[in-house]
Amino acid sequence: MGTLTSLPVAKVRRAREGMRLRVNSSALTGGIILALILVGAAAAPALYPGDPLDMAASPFIWPGTDPAYPLGTDMLGRDIAAGILHGARVSLLIGLVATLVSIAIGVTFGALAGFYGGRIDWALMRATELVQTIPPFLFALAIVAILQPSVPTIVIAIGLTAWPSLARLVRAEVLRLRNSDFVQASISVGASHRRIILLDILPNTFAPVIVSASILIASAILTESSLAFLGLGDPNVASWGGMVGAGREVLRTDWYVATLPGLAIVAAVLGLNLLGDGLNDLLDVRR
Amino acid sequence: MSLPILEIDALSLALPTGSDRPFAIESLSLHIGAGETLCVVGESGSGKSLTALATIGLLPKAVRPAGGTIRLAGRDLLGLSERAMRDVRGREIGTIFQEPMTSLNPVMRVRDQIAEAFQAHRVLDAKRRIARTLELIAEVGLPDPAAIAGAYPHELSGGQRQRVMIAMALALEPKLIIADEPTTALDVTTQAQILKLLDALRKKHDTAVLFITHDFGVVSEIADRVAVLQHGILVEQGSAEQVLHHPQDAYTKRLLAAVPSLVPPAPKDLGEAPAAFRVDDLSKTYPGRGFLRRRAVKAADGVSFVIRRGETLGLVGESGSGKSTVGRCVMRLIEPDAGAILIGDASIRELTQRQFQPLRRRVQMVFQDPFASLNPRRRVGHIIAEGPIAQGVPRRKALADARTMLGLVGLQPTVAERYPHEFSGGQRQRIGIARALALQPEVLVADEPVSALDVSVQAQILALLQDLQKRLGLAILFVTHDLRVAAQMCDRIAVMQKGRIVELQPTADLFRAPQHAYTRALLDAVPGRFLRPDFDTCFAAAE
Amino acid sequence: MSAVGLIQRLAPGVRWARRLAQIAFIVIGIATVNFFLLHLAPGDAAEVMAGEAGAATPEFMAALREQFGLDQPLYIQFGKYLGNVLTLNLGYSFRQGLPVSRLILDRLPATALLMAASITFALVAGAALGFLAARRAGHLTDTIISVIALLFYATPVFWIGVVLIVIFSVWLDWLPVGGMATIEAGYQGTAYALDVGRHLVLPAVTLGLFHLAIYTRLTRASMLQIYGQDFVRTAVAKGVAPGRIAVRHVLRNALLPIVTMLGMQLGSILGGAILVETVFSWPGLGRLAFEALFQRDLNLLLGILLASSILVVVVNIAVDLAYGFLDPRVEIS
Repeated sequence: MGTLTSLPVAKVRRAREGMRLRVNSSALTGGIILALILVGAAAAPALYPGDPLDMAASPFIWPGTDPAYPLGTDMLGRDIAAGILHGARVSLLIGLVATLVSIAIGVTFGALAGFYGGRIDWALMRATELVQTIPPFLFALAIVAILQPSVPTIVIAIGLTAWPSLARLVRAEVLRLRNSDFVQASISVGASHRRIILLDILPNTFAPVIVSASILIASAILTESSLAFLGLGDPNVASWGGMVGAGREVLRTDWYVATLPGLAIVAAVLGLNLLGDGLNDLLDVRR
Repeated sequence: MSLPILEIDALSLALPTGSDRPFAIESLSLHIGAGETLCVVGESGSGKSLTALATIGLLPKAVRPAGGTIRLAGRDLLGLSERAMRDVRGREIGTIFQEPMTSLNPVMRVRDQIAEAFQAHRVLDAKRRIARTLELIAEVGLPDPAAIAGAYPHELSGGQRQRVMIAMALALEPKLIIADEPTTALDVTTQAQILKLLDALRKKHDTAVLFITHDFGVVSEIADRVAVLQHGILVEQGSAEQVLHHPQDAYTKRLLAAVPSLVPPAPKDLGEAPAAFRVDDLSKTYPGRGFLRRRAVKAADGVSFVIRRGETLGLVGESGSGKSTVGRCVMRLIEPDAGAILIGDASIRELTQRQFQPLRRRVQMVFQDPFASLNPRRRVGHIIAEGPIAQGVPRRKALADARTMLGLVGLQPTVAERYPHEFSGGQRQRIGIARALALQPEVLVADEPVSALDVSVQAQILALLQDLQKRLGLAILFVTHDLRVAAQMCDRIAVMQKGRIVELQPTADLFRAPQHAYTRALLDAVPGRFLRPDFDTCFAAAE
Repeated sequence: MSAVGLIQRLAPGVRWARRLAQIAFIVIGIATVNFFLLHLAPGDAAEVMAGEAGAATPEFMAALREQFGLDQPLYIQFGKYLGNVLTLNLGYSFRQGLPVSRLILDRLPATALLMAASITFALVAGAALGFLAARRAGHLTDTIISVIALLFYATPVFWIGVVLIVIFSVWLDWLPVGGMATIEAGYQGTAYALDVGRHLVLPAVTLGLFHLAIYTRLTRASMLQIYGQDFVRTAVAKGVAPGRIAVRHVLRNALLPIVTMLGMQLGSILGGAILVETVFSWPGLGRLAFEALFQRDLNLLLGILLASSILVVVVNIAVDLAYGFLDPRVEIS
């Protein structure tokens, strides 16, 4: 009978709604940023048909000096605006698919380990620990270096290295739910494992997984750009990290070449993190 | 009577707009004199805890004083600045909270936490503080003060931690001690010790005590005077004798009537009812945790009993006695190590989970926590129909039957479409009972089914269970820590201690002539042992 | 009683035995991963290990094939590979002209210094900012700190590095652009240490900023959560002053999740070090990995992967010990 439980229920509910409104603003901001990026990515082929890696004008046009090239051109005369919009498609695609790979592995590992426990749990968790010990970026780097950089190998490398934290999260959730009274009740009435996992356990882990997914996409975008920065991007597509890496050469004189695509990365990752924060409170994860 | 130490006059506490009532507390007036204990009693939501928090100036931000005064030795506390109030806390008012497990800082030694009270008020020098801390630890009856002082909270039992809380509250010899449900989280024997200690210290130091509780048994043990709160309004106030034995207000009468009596009702006639459930020599040992220092715990050690059709067997014990383990072992939710379990003639212990699955229909369970035992993401109708569907009943029929079950447990059939969060605790427990009964079991295992409920709701759920048992001929295994509930519900009672049944007797015999020393200790510790018998006669006379 | 005492005295030894077993398991596990990665690479494993085909002499290639049994069945190759790894023989880098283990040991101190500096910076500054934000929760200070943390949390490490170089080295010319020391100056003793310190500032801050954001957010969130706990209410009821409550009760307990997070983030900090060392030409493991990458010296790259994983395990043990020290409820195990 703490302070809160002895209060009339309506009061608590109201306080929670107040918080929801406030955090909604962070989910909303994140959502708007992401929507803008998505629109830009979708419009890229229409606005800038042709390969963004082709030379479009003379090199080193500074942003704002030529209306035809609002964000200027780089040292090879490539249109930076075209690169950023086309890069958005690559970054978002890689982030999304790599995260799907991570979720597939992480949720499977976590759910099996948490639900069945015992030896299955032991084996799956040792594997998870092993992967978690290897510095993920270095691991992804080695995979891409060995398999040769391309969009699919980058997706695989990121997806294969980012799942351990999700597996642990899901396992902890499943373990908690597995021991909860309502799952014990379902076992008591003779419900099958399949029904218990599908109806009782997974729906209740949905919220934390969605929140993690938005953070995972953000960190996948960061990883992809870091790989590209080190020269391990897909050489055939424009990507934000690759643009920053290329701009490094001319940092002293023409810093905008590296800065503008950097800002694009910040915006995308910020949007996803804001969305994750907002969802975290909206979906009331820590109930 | 001495001059009042605490004087609450026409206090109102406003709730934020949009709450289900405008005031948490409405024009409440109370007073406590030196050396006097006032119990404030009420059900959840009555505002009793807010009264305590208002007095020490720890109200949640949303709740604001909207009138009245709280005077401590003549000084109005509501008018004090935060800084001045901080000086009052600890020095003039000591506080003991409910949860001994979470009320102490887990990473700070007991010594430092008690000494912090002196430090906060700049009393004594460092050396004297430690010396005084050790004296306090001894005064609250803890053994080996030096060892306790150096311990961290997790190394102490619940009762020991609550003693540490008391030592902390007493440190600066305050005029007033506020105890907010200080024994609710404790076992009954520990509760009795803590109540005795509080009472002795109150007398010794002539302290005024504001004691918040929901338990009339505790009230009758410790109160000089009693104030009864309902929805933030004081419905009755008077001496303990007066309120407990000659209650005037209808609500007080109802609350007191809902307290189960320790005198069992006349035994039912079970006639030639056959054995419905038999457990023989059931054992379960938990391997200890830790790599080398494994201390195996025998949670169930050769437990045997028989329950006849229509009979209720109580399994009574304190926390850690193994009663819940037995309840879950017979459900095969925990796998027992050895023993036999028979439902009717069917032996279920040796079956694999898969083989047992169709037999699960015959033994069902009601869980303790009505909030945790229903999946928040499924509709009530589906929750109840889950069992029949798993046992092969067509989905449409199972859902239709679920509505009938809701009617059986006293809910509207239409609520089948709602989600669990729309229901109160008592209603949820009815849903849990409906789920268990949807499979038409022969045996019902009820694991503390009413201990999370307010006393008036508790009485309704117990009546429901008794009624259903009569109509359906259920054999019930009733697991509880509450001897009052057991007295009213059970035909026979098994007392468990450290995994063993130390005594198994018909209820009336157990209460009249307990055989085992532990049973006697338990019975002696029940608060307010003579509350109801006296009350019954007085109450009847008052009507 | 005496049996328990004996067991208790033995327990630390057993714990260390378990830790060693853990390290062994990780080493074998990663060696296995490495072995299969090598065989995924296009071309003969000997060529892969020697760098680009044709870069090494035929004698060297033959020696490699001999050492790793490359003409024998896969399981024998695997056995030989494991045997080599367990005897800390990570092979020879033809490109660099040195044994891989020697190269790694040479570069380790620079990376260790960089990591130690940036972790210290991130922990101290992050905890301080988070503390401030939690104490002023809902006020302007909190909002500003939270927004800054969110921004750093979203900014790629390499880009922060690039921007810091532009500002502090190119425009303001306060700090060196890269490297670990001004070699041509030939400093000795304290002057050398100061020189390294000057070179360390930008890389350490760059690597630290991202993690600073993490610790700021975590400290703030855990402190707010702990403020709601019963024992804080107990302290208030004792009349303890707000500042002391914030430090002794709230921050003290908030350190526990922070330390846990540090353990979980080690791998990611090391990964970030690769980028930072590349940007600032810091001569550590990350820079070595980058060089290996460019010379396609895959054996060296995998050696670094193994070494850095071991580093993570070892530092994690230190973190565990620190946690056991901070939380009396945990028996160090």
